[in-house]
Amino acid sequence: MWRKLLSPFARMFEFQARTHYRAERHSMALTIGIILAAAVGGFVEIAPLFTIDETVEADPDMRVYTPLEQAGRDIYVREGCYACHSQMIRTLQDEVDRYGPYSLAVESQYDHPMLWGSKRTGPDLARVGGKYSDDWQVRHLVDPRALVPESVMPQYAFLLDTTLETASLPGRLAALRAVGVPYTDAQIENAVSDTIGQAQPDGERADGTFERYGDDTNVRAFDGRRDLLTEMDALVAYLQILGDLTDLPARTQPARGE
Amino acid sequence: MIAQLRTAERQLALILSGLVAFAGLVMAAVGRGDPMGAQGWIVALCAGLVVIFLLRGLDGPEPVEDRATAYYDDPTRVGILISLAWAVVAMSTGVWVASQLAWPDLRFDGAWSSFGRIRPAHTSGVIFGFGGNALIATSFHVMQRTSRARLAGQVSPWFVLFGFNLFCIVAASGYLMGITQSKEYAEPEWYADIWLVIVWVTYFTLYIRTLARRNEPHIYVANWYYMAFILVMAILHIVNNLAIPASFAGAKSYSAFSGVQDAMIQWWYGHNAVAFFLTAGFLGMLYYFLPKRAERPIYSYRLSILSFWGIVFFYIWVGSHHLHYTALPQWVQTLGMTFSIMLLIPSWASAGNALMTLNGAWHKVRDDATLRFMMVAAVFYGLSTFEGSFMAVRAVNSLSHYTDWTVGHVHSGAMGWVAMITFGSIYAVVPLLWRKESMYSWKLVEWHFWLALAGTVIYVFAMWNSGIIQGLMWRTYTDSGTLAYSFTDSLVAMHPYYVARAVGGGLFVAGAVLCAFNVLMTIRRVPDRVPEYDHPTSSEAGEPAVPAGE
Repeated sequence: MWRKLLSPFARMFEFQARTHYRAERHSMALTIGIILAAAVGGFVEIAPLFTIDETVEADPDMRVYTPLEQAGRDIYVREGCYACHSQMIRTLQDEVDRYGPYSLAVESQYDHPMLWGSKRTGPDLARVGGKYSDDWQVRHLVDPRALVPESVMPQYAFLLDTTLETASLPGRLAALRAVGVPYTDAQIENAVSDTIGQAQPDGERADGTFERYGDDTNVRAFDGRRDLLTEMDALVAYLQILGDLTDLPARTQPARGE
Repeated sequence: MIAQLRTAERQLALILSGLVAFAGLVMAAVGRGDPMGAQGWIVALCAGLVVIFLLRGLDGPEPVEDRATAYYDDPTRVGILISLAWAVVAMSTGVWVASQLAWPDLRFDGAWSSFGRIRPAHTSGVIFGFGGNALIATSFHVMQRTSRARLAGQVSPWFVLFGFNLFCIVAASGYLMGITQSKEYAEPEWYADIWLVIVWVTYFTLYIRTLARRNEPHIYVANWYYMAFILVMAILHIVNNLAIPASFAGAKSYSAFSGVQDAMIQWWYGHNAVAFFLTAGFLGMLYYFLPKRAERPIYSYRLSILSFWGIVFFYIWVGSHHLHYTALPQWVQTLGMTFSIMLLIPSWASAGNALMTLNGAWHKVRDDATLRFMMVAAVFYGLSTFEGSFMAVRAVNSLSHYTDWTVGHVHSGAMGWVAMITFGSIYAVVPLLWRKESMYSWKLVEWHFWLALAGTVIYVFAMWNSGIIQGLMWRTYTDSGTLAYSFTDSLVAMHPYYVARAVGGGLFVAGAVLCAFNVLMTIRRVPDRVPEYDHPTSSEAGEPAVPAGE
């Protein structure tokens, strides 16, 4: 009986083998076959992500990174922080209990590229913003084991001594606008001034930062030194905004027990 | 090397490398004050060395014999040696990176030496430096033998080989300077990406042109895999690396995609780099060198067809299993999981086909460490594809994701499968390439085999343990409903496994060093022997290119 049931498949397989025996004499037949076979999956899974609106939640309050925060993000990328820290809280109870509301797609809407990560040698950072003081972040980056003796994180003391390069920031924001981040002309033109302003509280330039990025913007001397604009300022400014670009997750996910 | 080139070809090579050197100088000039400037100098230096080398040999005598009667093996030889150099360097870097997690002070004080910067140097060095060069070199060898025809170009094989290595050098040096796109396994910036496209198109053209010259009616199965490797990597590379540079005078660029779409495209690329670089390409190696070494025909032609098309079609779907429980829509996650499970069929068909081929040759597996490398590679291929399908199941993934289990899985594939099949193929091909009687020392091959196997097993067991413990600690609750362990608790628990992992990796590197030594001594010390059949012929003459079935 099995033989009977399987025989159509065997015949099909036989036919395929014979067809293939002919096709594999032509390199172009193989080439086209490979491209077609490999194209289907990617097309079906990726193209709809750009067309289905529900893929990314609508959130008019979602704000863009300030140039200082973006500069910090670029340092985060440069140092390969993503190799050990994820920025994606999964929809699992223990992750929500440990790190906060699970991450929404809209939160990384302006992240070119995304930094969701794939490995947690250190903890998730998606909601680390505001969790520790600027001073803690700076001291931790300078010497992680001074604050967390068990830590295996590398020291980043050199960030404190490296002046932040700002001249390329207008170009960076313009490139980001070209790939879809809604920076205005004014934000791009004033990128350098706004960067300095964000790290100099009470300075004249800080007003411009508030004006262009909103009153909730963190304007502080992040590395504790008002007169120096360092890479440490940028990285800490970035860490302190993580998870705070929108309050949609907190609004839509009631805390446990409520 | 140059002796095989005619004057016109030498001039062409000189012009090409001169152009690359010039491009490097332009990069250095335009990118002053940006890390790209330093990269320009590196390009100019590398290309400059080639120019000097060519100039010195420019006036040498031209080749006299008819070149079409012999295979063109110089690029393969150089490729194998470069691959071994990358193996030693990049695997040692891996041991260093791993040791930093056990002893963080091994990072010393430079900005360049932190985990985040040297980790991509390790991954790219092994995948592209060691693996990529081995693939290019063996593909040149295999396409010529299975087509019974000489490579369809004199300069283009060198362009592919050296161009690819220029990409690798620019990539690895860039990471240390902090140049990265942060896309895993696709970290190099826009200018390196564009260069790789040029190299890759040349590679595919060379492949097709050589196949067009073949004296065999059929294209052997190993070539299907090499073709899939070249073609699909091109598609993946181009799409995943679409980006806008912040300035053409700087290295920094921003991905064309953001957030959830970027994540999907990244892992569509990332997992298919595993599929088409680390699987398809090396299956090409397996399908040629294993039957050749065992002197047995491939067990089943039909299984080859089934597994080939199964791998090409199914693999592409599975990238989303890297994004379970994330903000990626659930339907894509489910597709990824489903296809990951189905993928087990073609994967095991391949592994089974390889192992069944050894029926009747198991005594050779026992006696010959080279064949044993290939056998163990097929076994690890079967095991790690099973593990991969298992980990792609959403419930398993909730535990394994973000932990060392993933790292262990990757390394059971990279060390157990990719490196083992490569070392086996190198031991099989080196005496033939250099026209030697045998390898310098079979005992060293035996030592290498056991070091590699022990290293892999220690590594994988350490990472299984650490990954599962980590995953369980993160999700353990106390009776009062609070999390039982802080993140730091889980980190402390990892320490012994990180030490064990470094030891396992160290053993594996030691094996690679033995291999490099053995190959060098083979070239220098072993008496010559010219093989009877190893030149282009018509399909009727001589013995078959690969052991034939009925």
